[in-house]
Amino acid sequence: MRLTCPLCGTRDRREFYYSGTEDYLNRPAEGAPIEAWDDMLHLRTNPAGVTKDLWYHETGCGSWLLVTRNTVTHAVLATELVAARKGGAA
Amino acid sequence: MRYSGWKVITEGLLGNTGWGRAWRDPAPKAEYDAIVIGGGGHGLATAYYLAKNHGLTNIAVLEKGYLGSGNIGRNTTIVRANYFLPGNSEFYSHSLKLWEKLEGELNYNVMHSQRGHIILFHSDGQRDAAVRRGNAIVNQGDDAELLSVAQLKEMLPYLDYNQTRFPIYGGLIQRRAGTARHDAVAWGYARAADRLGVDLIQNCEVTGIDTVDGKVIGVQTTRGAIRAKKVGMVVAGRSSQVAAMAGMRLPIESHVLQAFVTEGLKPVIDHVVSYGMGHFYISQSDKGGLVFGGDIDMYSSYASRGNLPMVEHVMEAGMTLMPMLARARVLRSWGGIMDMTPDGSPIIDKTHIEGLFVDAGWNYGGFKAAPASGWCMAHLMATGQSHEVARRFRLDRFRTGHVMDEEGTGSQHNLH
Amino acid sequence: MRIAGKGLIDRTKPVSFTFDGKRYSGFAGDTLASALMANGLRLVGRSFKYHRPRGILTAGPEEPNAMVEVLDGASQSPNTRATVQEIYDGLAAQSQNRWPSLRYDLLSVNDLAAPFLSAGFYYKTFMWPRAFWEGLYEPLIRRAAGLGRLKPQNETATYEKAFAFCDLLVIGSGPAGLMAALTAARAGADVILAEQDSVMGGRLLSDGGTLGMPWVDATLAELRALPNVRLMARTTVVGAYDQGTYAALERVGLHLPAAPHLPRESFWRIVAGQAILATGALERPIAFDNNDRPGIMLASAALTYLNRFGVVPGQKVTLFANNDHARQAVRQLMAAGVQVAVILDSRADASTVEECPVYLNAAVTDTQGRHGLTEISGTHAGGAFKIATDCLLMSGGWNPLVNMACHQNARPIWREDIAAFVPHPGMVPGLTAAGAANGAFSTHAALREGADAAIAALTDLGRTATAPDLPQAEDAPYRLQPLWAVPGKGRAWLDFANDVTVKDVKLAAQEGYTSVEHMKRYTTQGMAPDQGKNSNVSALAVLADATGRGIAETGTTTFRAPFTPVSIGAMGAGGQGAGFAPQRYMTSDQASRDRGAPMIEAGLWYRPSYFPKPGETTWRQSCDREVLMVRSAVGVADVSTLGKIDIQGPDAAQFLDFVYTNTFSTLPVGRVRYGLMLREDGFVLDDGTTARLGDTHYLMTTTTAAAGQVMRHLDFVHQAYCPKWQVRFISVTESWAQFAVAGPMAKMLLNALLDQRIDDFPFMTYGEVSVEGVKARLFRISFSGEEGYEIAVPTVYGEALFRDLLAKAETLGGCAYGMEALNVMRIEKGFITHAEIHGRITAFDIGMAKMVASKKDCIGKAASQRPGLMGPDREQLVGLRPITQTEIGAGAHLFNPGDKAERVNDQGYVTSVCWSPVLESYLGLAFLKDGRARHGQRVRLVDHMRKTDVLCEVTDPVFLDPEGAKLRA
Repeated sequence: MRLTCPLCGTRDRREFYYSGTEDYLNRPAEGAPIEAWDDMLHLRTNPAGVTKDLWYHETGCGSWLLVTRNTVTHAVLATELVAARKGGAA
Repeated sequence: MRYSGWKVITEGLLGNTGWGRAWRDPAPKAEYDAIVIGGGGHGLATAYYLAKNHGLTNIAVLEKGYLGSGNIGRNTTIVRANYFLPGNSEFYSHSLKLWEKLEGELNYNVMHSQRGHIILFHSDGQRDAAVRRGNAIVNQGDDAELLSVAQLKEMLPYLDYNQTRFPIYGGLIQRRAGTARHDAVAWGYARAADRLGVDLIQNCEVTGIDTVDGKVIGVQTTRGAIRAKKVGMVVAGRSSQVAAMAGMRLPIESHVLQAFVTEGLKPVIDHVVSYGMGHFYISQSDKGGLVFGGDIDMYSSYASRGNLPMVEHVMEAGMTLMPMLARARVLRSWGGIMDMTPDGSPIIDKTHIEGLFVDAGWNYGGFKAAPASGWCMAHLMATGQSHEVARRFRLDRFRTGHVMDEEGTGSQHNLH
Repeated sequence: MRIAGKGLIDRTKPVSFTFDGKRYSGFAGDTLASALMANGLRLVGRSFKYHRPRGILTAGPEEPNAMVEVLDGASQSPNTRATVQEIYDGLAAQSQNRWPSLRYDLLSVNDLAAPFLSAGFYYKTFMWPRAFWEGLYEPLIRRAAGLGRLKPQNETATYEKAFAFCDLLVIGSGPAGLMAALTAARAGADVILAEQDSVMGGRLLSDGGTLGMPWVDATLAELRALPNVRLMARTTVVGAYDQGTYAALERVGLHLPAAPHLPRESFWRIVAGQAILATGALERPIAFDNNDRPGIMLASAALTYLNRFGVVPGQKVTLFANNDHARQAVRQLMAAGVQVAVILDSRADASTVEECPVYLNAAVTDTQGRHGLTEISGTHAGGAFKIATDCLLMSGGWNPLVNMACHQNARPIWREDIAAFVPHPGMVPGLTAAGAANGAFSTHAALREGADAAIAALTDLGRTATAPDLPQAEDAPYRLQPLWAVPGKGRAWLDFANDVTVKDVKLAAQEGYTSVEHMKRYTTQGMAPDQGKNSNVSALAVLADATGRGIAETGTTTFRAPFTPVSIGAMGAGGQGAGFAPQRYMTSDQASRDRGAPMIEAGLWYRPSYFPKPGETTWRQSCDREVLMVRSAVGVADVSTLGKIDIQGPDAAQFLDFVYTNTFSTLPVGRVRYGLMLREDGFVLDDGTTARLGDTHYLMTTTTAAAGQVMRHLDFVHQAYCPKWQVRFISVTESWAQFAVAGPMAKMLLNALLDQRIDDFPFMTYGEVSVEGVKARLFRISFSGEEGYEIAVPTVYGEALFRDLLAKAETLGGCAYGMEALNVMRIEKGFITHAEIHGRITAFDIGMAKMVASKKDCIGKAASQRPGLMGPDREQLVGLRPITQTEIGAGAHLFNPGDKAERVNDQGYVTSVCWSPVLESYLGLAFLKDGRARHGQRVRLVDHMRKTDVLCEVTDPVFLDPEGAKLRA
């Protein structure tokens, strides 16, 4: 399996660390109800198909990547930097 | 037809023409008292205990493929009860007791072999953790004992005791733990459930869950609508898809776990051995293949197949622990879809829909759990109450923080 | 028997080898199988279940019968295919799965008991009495089963791994593969041509056909001369993984006598832009009664033995086939002077024009010959026959080797016209099948498909290529009539290796195991070393017939990697011994070893356990002394393994406030603060101290174990939640060597060593100092409870500083101290490590709930407020002291006195213990339910593992100097 880091190019999967889905990017504001945290931390749509998830180029540039991927075919459809993602955090 | 040694001999003399079907192949009825979605180990066990323990015989198991086509037939066949957190301890203890009676119960030889399971440790800290685990096991009423290096050398002479990277400090053995023939568990439960009148319906995929006013009334399938007031979802790696039919989002991420078997070899590994410094566990099947595995590939997947980095990691662990493996050849690899939860422990609970129950989140420890999972899920579906050994397997425990995190790795699904 | 003038072996180079202890001779270029055949041996192995005598069925890695143990020195390689193993001088092989000898195998009694050993018989019996399973039945089954023997000893040979990259990977060097490689190579693409055989050419080497060796040699010469081509012989591509990654196994040293410099095998990871599957096809056997005797082999195998090795498998040959193609074998054998008794063609309308008799509508119904074929019997259009023959060739048609195209779950398509499964485009992205692997069986079609596939692959890569002129080659139509099994009353083998017969498959169907997966699992068909290559299609055809379904509807089982079995040694190359994980060494490593310190592993690092002095015979003596010396004088310890993260930027303070539970923006420059870090789920991630080096500059320390995890966490928090904050950080763990100097004389020591005095350097202060002109960082922090400093210098000065510190310490009556003493002192002080913060622990549990600042948000704060993470039901950190001095151990569980030691009464567990030489007591840290409210009470500590049961007093976790007077001194 290979992923394309926007900074480093296409690299072997073993350079990357996987943490889970993009849900982790939706951090509730302070004081949000616990259900919002449950959504972020635990509950998952877990699609059999296209998903977006988070990979860390740990032995590369240290970038966190948002990867659009198919969980059934393992096709990688797109990668972008978490820090520069569209509609990203402030 | 009852199986026995005598029957094998008489049938052999008659050319084996008298063996009947292991289970019927019924068409689905329009309505059942209860439906179990999923004809894997847990689903078949649920159906069996619903019939056996609770007298519900007008029930069906709906399986989208063939019986036992999921993880019950894609695992490393290990049976153990060596958990240490309350909630898990009593549950797996119960499961092991059921395993010990399973052949007689099912009249099917599942080849449950209590050959002993050994966890190796490689530092003082790991020894302390093993002691804590061993004590928890004994406190639960099961067996565990520490093994010295001298004892290990007798039992596992093939380990590399000379290497300095992660020297072997000792081991924790559970002698009642061991292995079983995985497919036989599915087939044994299937045949026994069938004999109690349960309809096992293969090639019948559930496509929708019908509810009215917050109550379940039945399911839609590729073989038509089937009515039932009680529906249990027991579909492991596919739990998220089935639950989505009922509008639910589960605390589950599906991952791929690879496992491996070598060509047949004469007996050389007599126990289940688990490495302490990397994910690696191995046993030898009765046919002679070395059956082993490691960690999940770490990315979410429904592909039932994995990639080389984890393959090689597992092989490297094997080579550092027992270098004799070098000349064994891997015959086949496979991948299962693991329903990983945020604390590594499972879920057996009601849902927000009356009559709809969920049994899921077995991470990659579901095989040994199959008997107790079926037992407790049947109890829940029949009585509406959680069984006492499964009462902590609640769906809402992640929200409330009452988690059972044996690995201590936190809410990231893939780390368990 | 050798045939003069035939074969690619080198008859000028005789090779001597042994089989079952007896010496034989062959030639360079022989496989063990061809050499044994040349020496007239037919009985080579015993089958898995019935221990039937077996010979050689094939001429390739798919061989199900001729498996042997190859011996080298004290080692042996089980299940080695005689059809693959090349002979070399001194090769020693022996037969396997037999006792006492290959010819007289006691377990062949199983063959007589066959009626009782039908498919799945073991599921129906051996259940009573229950205790007999582990004690009697299972050991018997285990001993009878299995094939070769693995020796329970450490491997001494070596294995390697490698990566390779190319534009086009061509898998297989037959006509399709060679033409594909040539087409792509001429177009300038980087090409890897991988061939499992020792010689390139595939079937062109064996078929004695129209193309001939000159074209093969010329093509290979051209490829070899091109710099953009890599030819990899003896290299089997074994798996198709994601994004064009292929696994391949190269046999590097297996065809040579073992040599220290030579790895046995190399495991390749090949990343290819495109790949062409030119793996060819395998001929399939026909199932008929007793079709497994030595002397019965595939027609194509006989052709290979004739043309590759100049050897023929018998004196009087017969052929049983359902297709035209197989006749090539007997025609060429006759041309080479071998007698062919008859061709038995199952078809009614086949040609009878041959140099030997041809029976149509023929079927072999039985065979004779205990250790080798002597006679066959059957029927044909003219009636029944019995024919004396020592070699029956069979051919049931061909199965394209579609396996790797299916490695990503796609299923092949059934083609009625060739009665075979073929791949279809797109099964594995970037992989295209060509030639026989694609169902194109003629040489001409293979050449054309190879060229076309290469052109298409290069087009996908944005290159252009043109087809070379195709050489003239046969383009005969492939005519066959499917024949899977001849009806009979006896046993007709489908899976030779696992002893699965037609009866077994039918029994599975009869019992309702009708899914092809059920049949496979119930009968074990396809699970033997040949992975079903000789039996899968036939078995499912028999199942289809038994269940009244078509073959397409019945479907295949899943083809999974590896394509051929791969040794664990190769895939795990580098892992043996210390190679499993990186080894990290501190700058003081040699100095510590020089002092006899046992080095123990800690988070990939090696750290000294203790520093023994002359006369000390146990670790405890050294440890106690080190503790007492630190507490009374001064001690030095290398703490460089702690993670160090340099954090800079105008928003650094705000960032630290966000990742720590407590506040760092208020920390004055030059000060140090303890920080607690949570995971987002509210549990403790790590702790450590952070110093403010400047207004916008902090230095964070982490525990050794969590250094990588914290770095990853910080990167995530920054990039995901506050990417625009002006803060940057980098790990500087390896940049600085850092030493703890602790004890009442610590200041004295440092004042003697530093270029400036540190008389006014209060607790939790940071400052820049220098040592002999080298800039150093000094932190007044303590993990021992003593007046403590940590001094950091650039790594290059680490060893020198350690030796200087140690020399000074010793003049002051101090010493170096190791992990054991460090652990004792931190337990005496109630300081936690990852023994306590093991991932299930909350700030509440360790009494630090108040450190979760209420005025600001931080990672983990919200989740840490969940009801499950706090309250009296939670186990809280306490100290334990045995009432009477008895040794206690970590991992023991706690109970109320009088309660039984059972789970329902469990009150907690012990995390860390030590003997405190200062307090002259065993001490423990533990987590106890509602523990903070129970100081002064007694608990029972029960350790079943170590057989102890000790009454303890619950105390505050800080045993020594609770006011901290010493560390603030």
